[in-house]
Amino acid sequence: MAEVMVIKDVEALAAEWGIDTSQLDYDSIELPRGEDFGIISDDEDVYQEEQLDSDTGFGNVIVVDNLPVVPLEKFEKLEGVVRKIYSQIGVIKEDGLWMPVDSKTNKTLGYCFIEYNTPQEAELAKEKTNGYRLDKSHFFAVNMFDDFDRFMRVPDEWVAPEIKPYVPGENLQQWLTDEKARDQFVIRAGTDTEVFWNDARHLKPDPVYKRAFWTEGYVQWSPLGTYLATVHRQGAAVWGGAETFNRLMRYAHPQVKLIDFSPGEKYLVTYSSHEPSNPRDANRVIINIFDVRTGKVMRDFKGSADEFAIGGAGGVTGVSWPVFRWGGGKDDKYFAKLGKNMISVYETETFSLIDKKSMKIENVMDFTWSPADPIFALFVPELGGGNQPARVSLVQIPGKQELRQKNLFSVSDCKMYWQSCGEYLAVKVDRYTKTKKSTYTGFELFRIKERDIPIEVLELENKNDKIIAFAWEPKGHRFAVIHGDGPRPDVSFYSMKTAQHSGRVSKLTTLKGKQANALFWSPSGHYVILAGMKGFNGQLEFYNVDELETMATAEHFMATDVEWDPTGRYVATAVTSVHHEMENGFNIWSFNGKLLYRTLKDHFFQYQWRPRPPSFLSAEKEEEVAKNLKKYSKKYEAEDQDVSLQLSEQDREKRRLLKSEWEQWVNRWKQMHEEEKLERQNLRDGEASDEEEEYEAKEVEVEEVLDVSEEVVSFEYGQ
Amino acid sequence: MRPILMKGHERPLTFLKYNREGDLLFSCAKDHTPTVWFADDGERLGTYRGHNGAVWSCDVSRDSTRLITASADQTAKLWNVQTGEQLHTFNFDSPARSVDFSVGDNLAVITTDPFMAFTSAIHVKRIASDPSEQTGDSVLVLKGPQGRINRAVWGPLNRTIISAGEDSIIRRWDTETGKLLQESEPEVGHTKQITSLAKSADGSHFVTGSLDKSAKLWDIRDLSLIKTYVTERPVNAVTMSPLLDHVVLGGGQDASSVTTTDHRAGKFEAKFFDKILQEEIGGVKGHFGPINALAFNPDGKSFSSGGEDGYVRLHHFDPDYFSIKI
Repeated sequence: MAEVMVIKDVEALAAEWGIDTSQLDYDSIELPRGEDFGIISDDEDVYQEEQLDSDTGFGNVIVVDNLPVVPLEKFEKLEGVVRKIYSQIGVIKEDGLWMPVDSKTNKTLGYCFIEYNTPQEAELAKEKTNGYRLDKSHFFAVNMFDDFDRFMRVPDEWVAPEIKPYVPGENLQQWLTDEKARDQFVIRAGTDTEVFWNDARHLKPDPVYKRAFWTEGYVQWSPLGTYLATVHRQGAAVWGGAETFNRLMRYAHPQVKLIDFSPGEKYLVTYSSHEPSNPRDANRVIINIFDVRTGKVMRDFKGSADEFAIGGAGGVTGVSWPVFRWGGGKDDKYFAKLGKNMISVYETETFSLIDKKSMKIENVMDFTWSPADPIFALFVPELGGGNQPARVSLVQIPGKQELRQKNLFSVSDCKMYWQSCGEYLAVKVDRYTKTKKSTYTGFELFRIKERDIPIEVLELENKNDKIIAFAWEPKGHRFAVIHGDGPRPDVSFYSMKTAQHSGRVSKLTTLKGKQANALFWSPSGHYVILAGMKGFNGQLEFYNVDELETMATAEHFMATDVEWDPTGRYVATAVTSVHHEMENGFNIWSFNGKLLYRTLKDHFFQYQWRPRPPSFLSAEKEEEVAKNLKKYSKKYEAEDQDVSLQLSEQDREKRRLLKSEWEQWVNRWKQMHEEEKLERQNLRDGEASDEEEEYEAKEVEVEEVLDVSEEVVSFEYGQ
Repeated sequence: MRPILMKGHERPLTFLKYNREGDLLFSCAKDHTPTVWFADDGERLGTYRGHNGAVWSCDVSRDSTRLITASADQTAKLWNVQTGEQLHTFNFDSPARSVDFSVGDNLAVITTDPFMAFTSAIHVKRIASDPSEQTGDSVLVLKGPQGRINRAVWGPLNRTIISAGEDSIIRRWDTETGKLLQESEPEVGHTKQITSLAKSADGSHFVTGSLDKSAKLWDIRDLSLIKTYVTERPVNAVTMSPLLDHVVLGGGQDASSVTTTDHRAGKFEAKFFDKILQEEIGGVKGHFGPINALAFNPDGKSFSSGGEDGYVRLHHFDPDYFSIKI
């Protein structure tokens, strides 16, 4: 095992850190469960690699105990029975079943070893047959061979666990105390993962931390920004800290593919899917729920992929992530899963089903939690060819009472959109026209916080318009809809409360013919980006919904992602290599559409702002700040001015330096050029000048003999 | 000013060259006929007929009497500029890629591509002042670099030859001994194929363009890197203003993937950079294919670009170009 060789290195490392190892009792160190197959990080590769090797040797072997002890004559019969039981689960290797026999008594020893082709089969066999009742007195005890070492080491006597003194941890929220109130973001490009400050004042990103091969999958911030999660072959890990990024905890889950935090980041859900040994079977799915801080597995779910496929009666294959949806706001109290004809709601106190049973809802298609309250909305489609109408219900947890229900007719599909504070719910309803040949769309708007939850129906002016996008204003009462059929759709804004109509939805405005297909509201509301992604090549329109005016239009060609920073001050647009390999990188804009800086990165995969936890300021306080913004902003404006002065000063200095360097170089060159002048002249057969201007105009007279003729002229003397 | 669109070639342009006075512009293209134009108004003066393959490069003598062209038909030809008469043909075993007259026009350096069993080579030919005495003998043949040599030019006083090509290394050769004197430092050099190389007007430095989306400025004497210009597209062509401290990069997305995207995606712009500050000043759009060739008029008041689209665009600068300040 690995620990044998590690000791020396540990000592070396301890000496480096100034720890006296002689006083350390190695046996007192408790490794958390599952540490054996921990997570590779680059500093541990070496050790992990070897450990993996030893693991694979017997990972597919199980030990079946509590078999009957039989004499030799019955040996074959017993072997046959055991083989029959275990071949049902997976393919036993040739000579993979070995039942040892005591040479003295010529009887079996009451246990046997079974070797499968894959560890997954062995794992499954253990799970399925542990406790199998062969007859009245024989209940199988099945264990992984690899686990035996561990079991052997369990001390016989119980030792009281040592309570370690409390060591205050790092301030994991340190980044929020940045003096310049900047935000962080993480990017993944090529093999590198980097965290930066968005230093908008200096118009550049300011590096915080960089690491190559930090993750084998992707990275993800926790919802409150405390942790950065990385995905590895052996599991997931979270990173954080005051100054830099240290690994805080690891969560063993081999071949983990997807991870998801609960909204209050108390729990981490990890997901993996494994190829079955029998190709006819569905993939095996393993989901673990960890406590983020302790790293303990709170609950695990195993089963075939079918059980975790969302889509209810629709029978859509494939798992839609997240499988477990968290409800009840930031308290992380409940999580729920959609199943066939049911919704299973669990609570996190015991990690078991509420009332010990799932909610039976015939044909339920979809459900979504309110982001704030333990309420979810569910959708059941039409049944029996329209005899039973489709319905949308609001259910409160833990009581499971139905708060409100709405029946809907000739519905083809429904989609539910919660406003971020859980005050409103919009249900987009696609209905069939009378001929059933096409569909049109309307909205059902629920006012959750009002008495009896009134519902309002909203239909677009042109009923045939397709809805391209819908989005609520975060923390607000407005929403935007992109609708239309043509290549340039319209964008409409609606409000749930205006001065004239306090209890009715009303339209604010419609913008005609926009090149937009996605809506990105600022997290603080008021502003929205109408973005034309994909087909529209990255058109961006920054729109102020308070004033109903366009602040700026711009383009980030081929942009694939638009993400507001958590404060709503800046926006990042990115071109990731998922869609195409050219012009990868990101741009940072101010909220009103001014391009601040751009960064190009080849093989750019991911851009993510570090989220911030909600503000501690009360709503009144926030309002007060907003009112007296002038007063507060003075200080920052002065700072901005200083910075920009300083910047331009630095810039001038740099330019001056570059210029003088260049001058020097040119002078050196000119000198040499002068020295070589003569030689150059010679090369040109004496032509003097290098420069056109120095050309000497010479007048050359050329005499040409045009014709020569001889004539005999008569000549007489004495004429 | 509106650019003058010169339509005369049927295939993508490969090279552009002004004569020393700046009144003539020579263009080479993949159609087999180099063409000469009036550099002022873009009027076509004539063509040089005789090549049987794409013409990759040309050079004109200082007195504008001789033109030498390198072609994929495995020849380099010497022409009478005025009459278009073929004076001599140098035959090679593989396509000729680049040509450059030495100072004094007594020598020419010609590079040939690797082809079948032949490796790439740099040939130095003596150019006789009387065409009837012209021979095809090489004064010097340099071999060694792997892959195509895209450009070879003369160093100061014809003592060195600078070559650059597919292996992304710039080399300096001694013309007396034929020895390799120096290679560019790989740490600072290009990371992908060098596509083009242009000397400054005084021959003190040169700029190279590469598919690694950058252009670099080098000292011609010691191959030390002076500047780097980073752009968003592979660089196919480079040139420098003889008048102002400007470097122009041309290029664009690879021709094979052009048709799959919007023409704006290609970024077929000629990009102007400040030579000293390495900052982008502006761009000149217009081509709807990658730019393969760029040349500055020796007076610095106009430049021309040749594209994969088969057009030469002749740009005379507006007066405000000369007062750009950054």
